[in-house]
Amino acid sequence: MDRQPAIELKNITKRFGKVVANKDVNLTAYRGEILSILGENGSGKTTLMNMISGIYFPDEGQIFIDEKEAVITSPKDAFSYKIGMIHQHFKLVDVFSATENIVLGLEDGKYNLKTSTEEIKKISAQYGFDLDVDKKIYTMSVSEKQTVEIIKVLYRGADILILDEPTAVLTPQETEKLFNILRRMRDDGKCIIIITHKLHEVLSLSDRVSVLRKGEYVGTVNTAETTESELTEMMVGKKIELNIERDEPKNTEDRLVVNGLTCVDRMGATVLDDVSFTAKSGEILGIAGIAGSGQRELLESIAGLQHLAKGEILYLNPKTNAIENLRDKTPMQIRNMGVRLSFVPEDRLGMGLVGNMDIVDNMMLRSYSKGHSVFLKRKKPKDLAMRIIRDLEVVTPSASTPVRRLSGGNVQKVLVGREIAASPTVLMVAYPVRGLDINSSYMIYNLLNEQKAKGVAVIFVGEDLDVLVELCDRIMVIGSGRITGVVDGRTTTKEEIGLLMTKSKQEGENANG
Amino acid sequence: MIIQFICRAILLGVPLLYGSTGEIVTEKSGHLNLGIPGIMYTGAISGVVGSFIYENACGNDLSRMNPLLAVLIPLLCAIAGATLMGLIYSFLTVTLHANQNVTGLALTTLGIGLGNFLGASLINITKSELPSIALTKTSSFFSAKLPFADNLGWFGELFLSHDFLTYLAIIIALVVSFVLNRTRVGLNLRSVGENPATADAAGINVIKYRYLATCIGSAIAGLGGLQYVMAYATGVWSNNAFGDRGWMAIALVIFALWKPSMAIVGSFLFGALCNANNYIQGLGTETQELFKMLPYVVTIVVLIITSMRKKREHQPPANLGLNYFREER
Repeated sequence: MDRQPAIELKNITKRFGKVVANKDVNLTAYRGEILSILGENGSGKTTLMNMISGIYFPDEGQIFIDEKEAVITSPKDAFSYKIGMIHQHFKLVDVFSATENIVLGLEDGKYNLKTSTEEIKKISAQYGFDLDVDKKIYTMSVSEKQTVEIIKVLYRGADILILDEPTAVLTPQETEKLFNILRRMRDDGKCIIIITHKLHEVLSLSDRVSVLRKGEYVGTVNTAETTESELTEMMVGKKIELNIERDEPKNTEDRLVVNGLTCVDRMGATVLDDVSFTAKSGEILGIAGIAGSGQRELLESIAGLQHLAKGEILYLNPKTNAIENLRDKTPMQIRNMGVRLSFVPEDRLGMGLVGNMDIVDNMMLRSYSKGHSVFLKRKKPKDLAMRIIRDLEVVTPSASTPVRRLSGGNVQKVLVGREIAASPTVLMVAYPVRGLDINSSYMIYNLLNEQKAKGVAVIFVGEDLDVLVELCDRIMVIGSGRITGVVDGRTTTKEEIGLLMTKSKQEGENANG
Repeated sequence: MIIQFICRAILLGVPLLYGSTGEIVTEKSGHLNLGIPGIMYTGAISGVVGSFIYENACGNDLSRMNPLLAVLIPLLCAIAGATLMGLIYSFLTVTLHANQNVTGLALTTLGIGLGNFLGASLINITKSELPSIALTKTSSFFSAKLPFADNLGWFGELFLSHDFLTYLAIIIALVVSFVLNRTRVGLNLRSVGENPATADAAGINVIKYRYLATCIGSAIAGLGGLQYVMAYATGVWSNNAFGDRGWMAIALVIFALWKPSMAIVGSFLFGALCNANNYIQGLGTETQELFKMLPYVVTIVVLIITSMRKKREHQPPANLGLNYFREER
């Protein structure tokens, strides 16, 4: 087959201060193909693509477009080479309509939203998008926003499309829809580059895979000729076992019973609607759902951080067998009631830890009320900090390093370590492996399994359905603040969960329309 | 009586309209310029210096003054002075990433200090007995009315009797409103204030837009100072007479929900509220001071109502007050 290289990178190096984000990267992407860039978090995938799209400028090396050297110093230059990037964090203006966002920054021709709208509709029809062009961004779902992003670059005539982790926030069904659109674009002769760390997506979608590790280019393989374990090895640099153990839950008893939980946010929208479930000791209860479906509010309600409109949260104390209602209690009151609740929030450095304080001080945040003297006693928290650093292999210069200087994985280990050290009976974790490399992720999974074996009721909010299906005993699916189903982790499939994730949304739309 | 009250309200409101139109332009780019009081003050004193020099050059003889130059010189001086202040602000905040609030407040202090220094210097030059400078000749050109306005009764007085800067203020506000909502430049500017990273990725020069929005906004605000001296104060400058009009202009931005067309109505309302105490009989001085609170009270009421209505379109630009660093993400 006669293939035309659309874009070639030669010896690209990029440094941020002392940190080398990309080192001597060579890469070629052809027209009419889908190329995956695979690598762990922090391996430099996004930095590399940002250099193609003009956000960064390489310190060394050259970029060739259609076999001619190109100098891309700004996003504008990238457009002129017909390169379009769809960022992981959408670059959209919330209060603008879809059309306004799509035409933003264009300079050619007369400013006329009507003719633009027509053209956008034409593009939508061509590739099979489904979009209401007059809708404001802030009323859109994540998938709709992504559609706007993709049409935005197509509208600019892009024929090299770069997508940064496009499926991170999509349901399996939405992902499949997106993949079909991408395949249609490939068949149309466009060059598609997709950045991802999800192996199964790489295998199902792309024609070739290029792997990066710690900023360096490892190699490129044809997707048809490779396997999941080979790719993992390229990505991590060593063979690792990708199996999560799952023991049968032992001695389960009801620990937390939630009845009819309803929660209204400050804007007056119902974020949790009549949520009822039971978390049992000795098992991991997974919570699946599209981001922002009420997961955060649910956990915060239990932790005493949300005001509830209705419902009750009953805690069955294993020591006294007493039943306590946690509704409308502050975290301090909950703790004083003898309820041992640990919470690893998704916002680690916002809600979990204080970034400018060191590891020892962050340990004390949880036990500050234990001291009775005016002065601090640092001995115990210091011991705890040292133990966590040792046991969880936290990479840090010392225990007195501010946590914000640690990498994402190490921050998470500190936080999870502290919460587990409180020997909880209920452990709630939200997206605990977000931004973590594979090794750290599996360490966290093992820690959760240990807690489960100790008889802790673990509530795990996750986004990667593959992990949820492998790790959890039961999976509760939440959609638009409502529980749309509870399935057995051992017998369910990703597709079943995906359908449940969108179920209440469709029902809601039908009710409105 | 009512006509007179309304005309007075408009006269009082125009400086606020200039100030808030200018501030809206700046804020739409994401920069909260709290230097507006200082910038308006600088605009006023620059205009005063310009006309002082021109009046002296003409030997203080009204007949030797060219009407066009008499208007144009102070006008350009005011624009130049205010733009220079805007340039200082944008250099500090856009290029050097200084904190916007601190820079703005410093600029207000600077502008007022500069104004008082120049004002006092001019008073010194004229060796005047009074602590003020009277530029009544220049003022007479500024407040020239349409010749047939007086023949049209209350209609003429209400709509045609104002100085040309008043009409200019309304025209500028309407033009700004049109540009913001109907043109590509406006779309780009709004996107810079809402989400500069997005604008940057879309190929919009964020730095250029922020500089231009701040400088143009400052120039517009500076005209407000000029209108105050030349039309409201009939060309008489005395130090600190400008009062808290600059702060009121900033309050008006919030009252107008960042819409210049709303600012037109709002400025006249503010003008009326400021003036109401003079039309109510038998108020003590302390009650008069309480009346001055009214514009702010109205602003707070508007804030409460809009935050209760929860419309995203009525919120300030999402990135207001935040500097933009491209590489820091």
